[in-house]
Amino acid sequence: MTSARRAGWWGWLLAAALAWIVAYPLVLVLVDGLRGSEGWTLDEVRRFASRRSEWQALWASLWLSTASVVLAGAIGVPLAFLFERVDFPGRKPLGVLVALPAVLPPLVGVVAFLFLYGETGFAGRLVQVLFHLEDPPWRLAGPGAILLVHAYSMYVYFYLFCRAALSRLDGAMLEAASALGAGRWRTLVHVILPHLRPAVAGAALLTFMTSLASFSAPYIFGGGYRVMTTQIVFTRLNGDDRLAMVETTALMLLALGAMALFRRADPGGSLAGVGKGTAPALARAGSARARASIAAAAWLLATVLLLPHLTLLLVSFVPVGTWTTEPWPPAFSPGNYAALFAEPERLRPLVNSLWMATAATVAAVAVALAAGSLVVRRRVPARRLIEGLLGLPWAVPGTVFAIALAALFSVHSPLTLRTVLVGTAWILPLAYLIRNLPVTGRAILAGFRQLDPALEEAAAALGAGRARTFRRVVLPALAPALAAGATLAFVTALGDFVTSIMLYTYDTRPISLEILGSLRQGDVGVAAAYGVLLMIASAAVFALGARGEARA
Amino acid sequence: MAFLELDGLSRSFRGQRAVDGLSLTLERGEVLALLGPSGSGKTTTLRLLAGFESPDVGRVVLEGRDVTALAPVARRFGMVFQHYALFPHLDVGANVAFGLESRGVRGAELARRVAEALALVDLAGFERRTVANLSGGQQQRVALARALAPEPSVLLLDEPLSNLDPALRERTRRELRALVHRLGITAVVVTHEQEDAFDLGDRIALLRQGRLEQLGTADELYAAPATAFVAAFIGRASEIPARTLSDRAAQVDAFTWPIRWGGPGPATAGAAARLLARPEGLRLTDPAPDRLAGTVTDRRFTGAVAYFSVATASGLELEVAAPPGAAREGDAVGIEPTGVGLHLYPADR
Repeated sequence: MTSARRAGWWGWLLAAALAWIVAYPLVLVLVDGLRGSEGWTLDEVRRFASRRSEWQALWASLWLSTASVVLAGAIGVPLAFLFERVDFPGRKPLGVLVALPAVLPPLVGVVAFLFLYGETGFAGRLVQVLFHLEDPPWRLAGPGAILLVHAYSMYVYFYLFCRAALSRLDGAMLEAASALGAGRWRTLVHVILPHLRPAVAGAALLTFMTSLASFSAPYIFGGGYRVMTTQIVFTRLNGDDRLAMVETTALMLLALGAMALFRRADPGGSLAGVGKGTAPALARAGSARARASIAAAAWLLATVLLLPHLTLLLVSFVPVGTWTTEPWPPAFSPGNYAALFAEPERLRPLVNSLWMATAATVAAVAVALAAGSLVVRRRVPARRLIEGLLGLPWAVPGTVFAIALAALFSVHSPLTLRTVLVGTAWILPLAYLIRNLPVTGRAILAGFRQLDPALEEAAAALGAGRARTFRRVVLPALAPALAAGATLAFVTALGDFVTSIMLYTYDTRPISLEILGSLRQGDVGVAAAYGVLLMIASAAVFALGARGEARA
Repeated sequence: MAFLELDGLSRSFRGQRAVDGLSLTLERGEVLALLGPSGSGKTTTLRLLAGFESPDVGRVVLEGRDVTALAPVARRFGMVFQHYALFPHLDVGANVAFGLESRGVRGAELARRVAEALALVDLAGFERRTVANLSGGQQQRVALARALAPEPSVLLLDEPLSNLDPALRERTRRELRALVHRLGITAVVVTHEQEDAFDLGDRIALLRQGRLEQLGTADELYAAPATAFVAAFIGRASEIPARTLSDRAAQVDAFTWPIRWGGPGPATAGAAARLLARPEGLRLTDPAPDRLAGTVTDRRFTGAVAYFSVATASGLELEVAAPPGAAREGDAVGIEPTGVGLHLYPADR
């Protein structure tokens, strides 16, 4: 058999394995919703369609996601302009700080908001004391609260995407526009904004999909207000598994439909400059006073954006049971952290999350490497299928995948390729792996595409075999892509809440579930301490990734 | 027996013949330049030699041994890539050592041979430099040292000078030529620049659409181009429609010029032909009724000679070499053949 044929077989094998863990569970969800005890039936679909609450949840998911896009865009795009195009003191460090909401895993961000703006949070207590109110001035609940958290955590997409696009803007193009007599406004509308379109479209899609899949914020703040993700979980908690399957299918279809719509509206295509270009000159704010006020506003903004992080840090030092009605915690001690590492039961979730995230990351990187060499280098016949399957979990909300995996791996039936993994230690790493495939796959495939094939040929011409070429040439050259793919995967898995809550057992509980448990027991300090650890891990991993990329 | 033989090589990509029945032989120590316009199949030929492509038909034979089926790893050919393909994460020494390590060279022996290879290309002591901090010329020499270090039987060079600026290019070309001749290594150089081919190749294989158009020394290709394509590609030439009169005369415009018929086949009196005239094949004279006449439209000074563009009343555009003072722009001149540098071909070739 020739080496191309052999590679082709490996390609089909990888595609089959991916289909089994990525596509098959989704098919099962669809099938389970349509099968009753007496075979095929539309009963559950009819029940779904007849319930008002289902339509309300679908609608809530849809409009919350749309509103999140609008709100996040309204914050992120102007911030990108401010930090990329205007020169003022402190521009560089502040520009980095503004991206910091990205280092809060979703649940941790929600918890931080709770401590800060919740009815017993710092802001509420402050107002209560200042105005001598009997009751907390507000409740952080319902769609408004969800939207607030979404806007806070997702404007970063718009900010980062648009800043990157603006930094690639060819300064000569702006000079050409002004030489051709275009004023500021005309330049903005006809030159800069079209250039930003792909970035804005990308961020909007990402925000919409993330909002649609969002679980932590609706779960904590939703109360009786349900979106599809929380609706599914509650239906399942009620033991109504088959209805949950129909709900899951509905959410999946909504997500895939939204994605298709975005693709049609913006078929992509970058407007990256055709020339080599020069860096655009920064606009300098006119007077010293204007500069100072812009700087002050930017600092204020950064402070507001950093408040959740600081709150988390502060609360993590509050000993259990010491903080009740005071506006400011009466006592601080590092006791919570000590307890985390001293008590085996508190350490357990940390260890769980670490090893599960590590295992999922290693596996995702291995799959992506195999996919990269088969798809990009060997160009196997199954390459489109492999790429499609790698990207599929991105379009499907985590809740859907959790339900789907629970369906696939709760029955022992080797003939239909099903086995029992639910309740074992393997199900969560597997779920994390699947959720990580899109980011890791995209990063590493992009790495392969940028890798000059001549490097491998040079190694071959110098007598190096496949293994040595891979180890000495391909891997080191891929290092930045590997770093980027692996760090993102690791951070996501470490802080995962949405799939974990459906698939964990007490013994395999990850950090996020322990945070939730501590909150329920009123151990806010312990919950915050876990949150801080997650935050630090995320920040460290992002910093490492950024360094790896910078070095390349 | 030839040292290296390409025997009837063909390679198609998506139905497109990139290399079409190519046969060539090289003696040991010979340097062959593969020259041709882009798309002529020269790089594919080199990749077939290196083993990165497999021929649809044909063989590559090294010292009587068929190596067609051998993987690149097993061929022991050294290759210098167009963009050098230096390993960016390894320093200069590790790049040069890479091929030696593949062959099991270790320790002091490895260090010695790396140092030797770097000394060959005038980069002694550069072992610990990072690749990214080298100039383009230095990178090219590291790539050469890396290819030479394992002492390959054949050195393949893919456009080795194309990434260098003109001044550096000429110096590097001379150094490369001196080095290859000093080592006595058998080499194949791909280039689209005729100066590179003239300088580096003992012989030149001129390719066109995957076929061998002509094989010979630079002098042969220039003085006796086998086809109109060769005449036009090598050196400068004006193309003039003509008519064959006999095997030693042709009609150009309304005049009979003494031109030897170069073939292929016997000259057919009255057949349409293409005359390729080197600038030195034409001479400026005073205008006269029995001569081709025209007006000087441009003069390009190059030093000892100048090139004059002459437009005839019949619409021909000719280029004539003459002493710089021979005429000025706007002058009416006559044109005569000098007797050398005129090549006549059938009109359909």
